[in-house]
Formats: sequence, C-alpha cells, structure tokens
Amino acid sequence: MNINTTKIISLLFFIFSAFYLYTAYQIQVFAFDENAPFNARTFPIYLGYAGLIFSGLKLILPEPNTIKVDHKNLEYKKTGILILIAIIYGATILKVGYFLTTSLFLFASYYFLGERRWILMFLLSFPFVAAFMYLLHGILDIYLRDPFLQSIGVMG
Amino acid sequence: MIEGILIGLTTALTFQNIMMVMVGCFFGTIIGMLPGLGPMTAIALMIPITYGFDPATGLILMAGVYYGAVFGGSTSSILLNAPGVPGTVATSFDGYPMAQQGKAGKALAIAAWSSFAGGTLSAIYLLFMAPSLSKVSLSFRSPDYFALMILGLTAIAAFSSKGQFLKAMMMVVLGLMLASVGQDSLSDITRFTFNNMNLTDGISFVLVVMATFAMSEALTIILKRNDPTSAAKQVSLTELGSIKINKEERTKMYKSIPRSSVIGFLIGVLPGAGATIASFLAYGMERNVVSDEEKEKFGKGSVNGLSAPETANNAACSGSFVPMLTLGIPGSGTTAVMLGALLGFGVQPGPRLYMTNPEIFWSIIMSMYIGMVILLILNLPLIPYIARILAVPKNYLIPLILFFSVTGIYVMSFNNFDIYLMIGIAVVATFLRLYDFPMPPLILAFVLGGLMEENLRRSLLLSNGSWEFLWDRTLTACILATTILIVVWHIYKTFKRKN
Repeated sequence: MNINTTKIISLLFFIFSAFYLYTAYQIQVFAFDENAPFNARTFPIYLGYAGLIFSGLKLILPEPNTIKVDHKNLEYKKTGILILIAIIYGATILKVGYFLTTSLFLFASYYFLGERRWILMFLLSFPFVAAFMYLLHGILDIYLRDPFLQSIGVMG
Repeated sequence: MIEGILIGLTTALTFQNIMMVMVGCFFGTIIGMLPGLGPMTAIALMIPITYGFDPATGLILMAGVYYGAVFGGSTSSILLNAPGVPGTVATSFDGYPMAQQGKAGKALAIAAWSSFAGGTLSAIYLLFMAPSLSKVSLSFRSPDYFALMILGLTAIAAFSSKGQFLKAMMMVVLGLMLASVGQDSLSDITRFTFNNMNLTDGISFVLVVMATFAMSEALTIILKRNDPTSAAKQVSLTELGSIKINKEERTKMYKSIPRSSVIGFLIGVLPGAGATIASFLAYGMERNVVSDEEKEKFGKGSVNGLSAPETANNAACSGSFVPMLTLGIPGSGTTAVMLGALLGFGVQPGPRLYMTNPEIFWSIIMSMYIGMVILLILNLPLIPYIARILAVPKNYLIPLILFFSVTGIYVMSFNNFDIYLMIGIAVVATFLRLYDFPMPPLILAFVLGGLMEENLRRSLLLSNGSWEFLWDRTLTACILATTILIVVWHIYKTFKRKN
C-alpha cells in the first residue's frame, strides 16, 4: 500500500493539535478569571480546535494532486552533517566565543559541502568573520561575547 | 498647512538633515539586507546616537534608516528568499522566482522603482490627508481589527499556494500556536513553556523567520542538490540579467503602483496593521485584478506580483507615521521603537503635535520624500554590485546563510537554546516545504498572533463573551463578508479547475 506522506503530516498535525488543546486546558488561570469571557487559555483553546478541524479535513478529504518526492535524489547525508555542524556551533558559541566557533563552523561547512580551495576557504572564514565582527562590534557597537578573544587580550 | 509645509521644507533641507537622510538610507539598506537585522534592530541601534541631535533631526535619521532597511529587506528577499522583516515576505513570492530565472537585476530594479513610487505617492497622500486620516483610524475598534486580521490570514492562505488552502490554513494555525508560547500579555501567566525559562518571553520573530525562510531554504538547496529539476535552477541563479525594465513591464507597473500605494497607505494608517498586512493584501488584490494569463505567473516571477507588495510596504511605512504622530499609537513594530525615541526627546505625540511642534511633524513628512529620492539614487546604481551575492557558489553561500541566521539570533539573545530551537524549526520547515506546505501564512500568523488575541480579548470582554461583536458593527461585518467572499471564491475556483 502506498502511504501518502501529506496525509501522514496531517495526522501528525492532528495529534499535535490534540496535545496543544490538552495543554491549553491545563493552563492555570487566576481564580477570579476562571469564568471570565476571556482568559489566558481562551485563545489557545480556539487554536487547538482550529488545528483539529483543518488537519482533520485534510485527512478525510481526497488529495487532488499528490506530491511525489524522489527520496533517491535527496542529499540526506550532507544535509544531516550540516545540521550536526550547526548544532555543535550552537553548543560551543557561548563557551568558546564568537570568532573561533564561527570561523571553524564556516570552514567545516565549506569542507563538508565539497569545497577544496583551501585559501578561499580560509579567507571566507577567519578574516571574513573578523571583518564582520569589526562591523558589528567595532562600528555598530553590538556586543559580541567572546571568551577566547578576551583570554588572549584581543577583545576588551 | 502651507505654512507647515514650508517649515518642514526649511528644516528637512538643511545640510545636516539631508546628510542624516543619506546616512540613514545607506546604513538602513546594508543592515536591512542582512537576514535577521531588520529595521527594528537598525532603528534601535540608532536611538543612542539620535539623542545627540534635536528631535526633528533624530527622527529624520531614524526615518531614513527605516526606509533603507525596508528596501534592504526586499533585496535579501529577492536574492536569498530570506526576508529580514515581515513586510518583505510577500516580495519573495515573485522576486525570488524571478531571481532563479536569471532576472535578479530586473527584480531588484522593479523593487527599487516600486519602492520609490510607493513611498513618494504615500508621502504625497500623507501631506494632504494626515489630519483627516487620523480621524478615520480612530474609528477602528477591536472587532474591526480582529476581523481585519482574519481577512489578512485568510487572504494569504487562499493566495499563497494554488490549490493548497487547507495546508495553508494548517500553517496559519501553526504560526498562531507558536505565537501563543510564553507569557500572556495581560495576566502574565506562562503558556506552553513546559517550565523552560527560555520560553517565558515567547519565541522571537527573527528566530521563526530565520528558521522557516533562510535556514530551511539553505537546507532545501543542499537536500535537493542532486535533484535534476532543481539543478537547472541553480545554474540560472548565477546569472544576474539586465536591470532594464522593458515597456511591457513598465506598463504593468504603471497599473499596479497607484492601486497598491493606496491600499498600502490606508493599511499603514491603521494602528497595528503596518507593512506586513499591506503587502500581503496588495499582493492578493493584485492577483485578483490582473488578467488570467498574468494570474498564472503569480508565484513564478510575475512583475505585478513583485511590484504590488513592494509599493504597498513602502506606502505603509509612510502611512504608519500617521497614527504615531497624530495619535501616539504606533502603526507597526518599527514605529513603536520610534515612538519610544520620541518620548525620550520629551515630545508627546498626539492630535496636537502638528500644532505644538510643527517643525517635527512636517519635517518628517518632507524628509520622507527626500529619503525616497536618495534611496533610489543610492540603490539603483548599486544593484549590479548588490546582486553579485548570487554569483557566490552554493558551497560558500549556504554556510554564509546559516552563519547570518545564527548570528542574527546570537546577537539578540546570547542563548544556546534559541539556536537549537531555530535549527529544530528549520528542520521541520524543510520537511514541510518538501511537501508543499507554504511558509508565508505561518509567518504572517506568527506576527499577528499577539495582536489578534489582544483584539479578540477586548471584543469578547466588551460584548460580555458574546460573539455578536462580529456583526454588530457595519465595518466589522463588511470585513468578515469580504473574508467569506474570498473563501467562497477560492472554493469555486478550485472546483472549476477540477472540472
């Protein structure tokens, strides 16, 4: 049996809406607000029902034009690696600092995407990030946390 | 009024103020181009600098930044499909497909001319209509706003993706659900935070827009790298194309600009509505009035589809100054930041502002026109250089898009959680895009979520919990009738297409 992915997404959205609705009913409101015409849970409850209705309709109504995605042609591996690098980048940016992590993130991303022009890769990572940091931190006065540069005395 | 205009001209045409408009437009364009750093960030950054000037000069600088950032935002929408601000989301519908067809230069030129025309026309409307328009905007009540937001969301769901109304409505609901995370604006009760302190203030707009547009776009490009259908698109992306607009395209713009500027200006005047609704409504309206042949081109690189939202969002920028200056109610998030600056100067906006401080009121209006001219002079010659970003190979462009997205979030919150959340939303959005779930309805719903709840709250409290407020006022009923008409028309068209 060929399972329609759009229907599966609609089913997931239906379950998500049901969970959202359940959580909306659990929102604690003040005692004096409990029977008010509008309180903190009113709008989310309407949204939960709206989600159930639209995803339910999508589930039961026939699909006019089914979307077919050719999974063989999709680059899951490279996309996965890129997401993983981004997660590592996010995890280290605060502890290590903006300059080093961003430069390494860019360098690693270029490499995993198949780039091998080392000089260009270097120029578009370390000096590029330094220039961008100067624009943000030096000219626009946007604070950038960087323990690494602070530890070596480059940043005040 | 003539006296006021002369006072305004005298103030706006001083060397210092012309320089302020130029500097503001230039920096605004650059900051607006960077995904994640929109006009609000740009203006907020300018506030400490403006306190060194007199109020008129300070506001002129901020107005220049505003216009520049809106134009810069459309540039990133067209070239990267990464709108930095919600007001330029509609620009990407046809601007980005046009860039993919190798007409990036043309798309940017159309955007520049449309922005100029929209901004200029609305500055003229503002000049003559400001006093009476403030009275009109005062007549809008919460039920009207609520109905107007329903109309905006339905319109975008109906028009954003052909034959995908239910999918679009699911995205609208998802956007509203995301907007409901965090503290309730009135009671401060936390909702859907699951005891996570990082979610107490809700999810930021920049995070959602970066995740659903910039990041998911980058991931989709990598994912579909070997797809033969998208490979052709990637080749054409490296072509800039001419910036010349031919006669046929000019004719289309001549028709689209006047009507979009009117709708943009009028929507901009409504407090809280702003450039986002204006651009979406102008896009929807334009699609309704053009020929069937042109209609088919919408979403695939239509000149009308690009010109209309670009005109409207700039017109709305001028319009949004009306409630801010005359009522003290900001017309958009950006004018809200400017309102804060105005109060910092010790200037109290209200109906008497243009009597007590005419130089501020009129010089801003005059500098809007000057700003539009400067923006055009600055940006048209720069288009070939701006568009060179397309020539960057995908191996470099994709990491750079991810880098700008993460930086946008990082400088806002200095929080790992926000980065993880952004990556998570981007992965889900990439998967949804594969199956043609449209993202623009999600973004508009997310932006309007808070306002929508606020207006529904007021309406229900005033009507003591009864839903009669939806048809009690003629204006509310008319807006809702238009919404129903759009839905019925959409169902009819789908049915007709099937047959």
